[in-house]
Amino acid sequence: MIEIRDGKKVLITPVSAEDLKDIHIGDIIYLDGSLTTCRDVAHRRVVEEGREIPVDVRNNAILHAGPIIRPLENDKFEMVSVGPTTSMRMEKFEYEFVQTTGVRVIVGKGGMKENTANACKDFGCIHCVIPAGNAVVAAVCVEEIERAEWRDLGMPETLWNCRVKEFGPLIVSIDAEGRNYFEEKKVEYNKRKDEQVDLISKQVGFIK
Amino acid sequence: MTKEVQVQKMTETMAKFVGYTGKVLPDDVIAKLEELRAKEDSPMATVIYDTMFRNQKLARELDRPSCQDTGVLQFWVKCGTGFPLINELEGLLKEAVVKATFETPLRHNSVETFDEYNTGKNVGKGTPTVWWDIVPNWDGCEIYTYMAGGGCTLPGNATVLMPGEGYEGVTKFVLDRMTSYGLNACPPLLVGVGVANAVETAALLSKKALMRPIGSHNDNERAAKMEKLLEDGINAIGLGPQGMGGNYSVMGVHIENTARHPSAIGVAVNVGCWSHRRGHIVFDKDLNWTVTTHSGFEM
Ligand code: SF4
Repeated sequence: MIEIRDGKKVLITPVSAEDLKDIHIGDIIYLDGSLTTCRDVAHRRVVEEGREIPVDVRNNAILHAGPIIRPLENDKFEMVSVGPTTSMRMEKFEYEFVQTTGVRVIVGKGGMKENTANACKDFGCIHCVIPAGNAVVAAVCVEEIERAEWRDLGMPETLWNCRVKEFGPLIVSIDAEGRNYFEEKKVEYNKRKDEQVDLISKQVGFIK
Repeated sequence: MTKEVQVQKMTETMAKFVGYTGKVLPDDVIAKLEELRAKEDSPMATVIYDTMFRNQKLARELDRPSCQDTGVLQFWVKCGTGFPLINELEGLLKEAVVKATFETPLRHNSVETFDEYNTGKNVGKGTPTVWWDIVPNWDGCEIYTYMAGGGCTLPGNATVLMPGEGYEGVTKFVLDRMTSYGLNACPPLLVGVGVANAVETAALLSKKALMRPIGSHNDNERAAKMEKLLEDGINAIGLGPQGMGGNYSVMGVHIENTARHPSAIGVAVNVGCWSHRRGHIVFDKDLNWTVTTHSGFEM
């Protein structure tokens, strides 16, 4: 579901393919609902070992991150600090991961490539980045950690199933049409870089 | 004060200061980020800068590290030969990191190589890094602290160019790195460049350059001119905050240099991310300290 709240576009889980139709690369959105941290080994377990993911992420969101958690009483936990980790490490697994789990929103750091872009297009999913280095902003958007699965993986790799409120800002880097913000940007950056190298080189001929 | 009490006092001061630098950015970094924020006009860049400033405010209020990656600790020590704790210094800095790790808390970022396990204390063989500069006939000690995060360590690169490639080659070497790795290292970046006689001297200088205050210039006129050219050039690439596009890419470019062999130019590049957690503290022989980077720090 999508709601406009104080001018903010908020995506609320469960998210349908229809909800993603009007979301495009470069858009700024926020997330309410179910967000589960999920990174390297969890992807490997689902894709390579064919294990069933113990948290249902279908129509929900995952976050590439390894948080700092404080254990509370009665098997409850507090999110102290959470920031995204480089999404590219999960690129290799992401097509099959999206296909198998039915996840709709992937949040991480930096761009991803064709595997993920194809998954987004084929199964109706988006990849977003949350500005990195903002561990406290992200942590205070977590209202509660509802479940913790695959705890044998240790704190960074455990699936921490969080209920979040206006988690963001999330900048859409791959949309459900498969357009890829970072890949398009890189073409621009490299073009301008080549121009600048030429320009500067004309002024630094110090070896005569 | 007995030697033991002195060591304890300096360890406590360093542990507290290191922890503080993980929560509050240096004054010059904040001022520069404010300046760059004011010069961005796109909604995306504005939202990203707003998030960054809100994060720093929350980190201070909730007393938590502002970025979850509190890095590997590195210390640049300029120690007078007459400083009373010169013999104890390296050991006490390690102890200070362990203390800061549990008190702050900092993330455990020391993985022993080859044995490949995390020590769980944030220190290991050779970590924290301590570089020494010995100052003759002085009884004080100056320490730069730095949290080297994973993301901003990744773009580091060094090579030796042939003189024929010249400073044009240096330019290309630095700019290529900005679009391949720099954009994922949480811009706006502080870029350090070493130009020296070999690969190791250039590499060391490229990191040392990141300790300089933002807005400072190389003493050599041509080197300072090149700093400006590179700064404008990287800004023109338009990486913007988080590499997502904007009017500016960097907080500055600092070049440090030495003389070179006639047949070689050593060049290296290192970057600091927007969360540039460097600190500077000076001790006198009685362990009175002055912090130049963080006006809000107190014991
Ligand atoms: S590059 Fe810097 S700000 Fe970004 S996640 Fe790493 S340490 Fe934090």
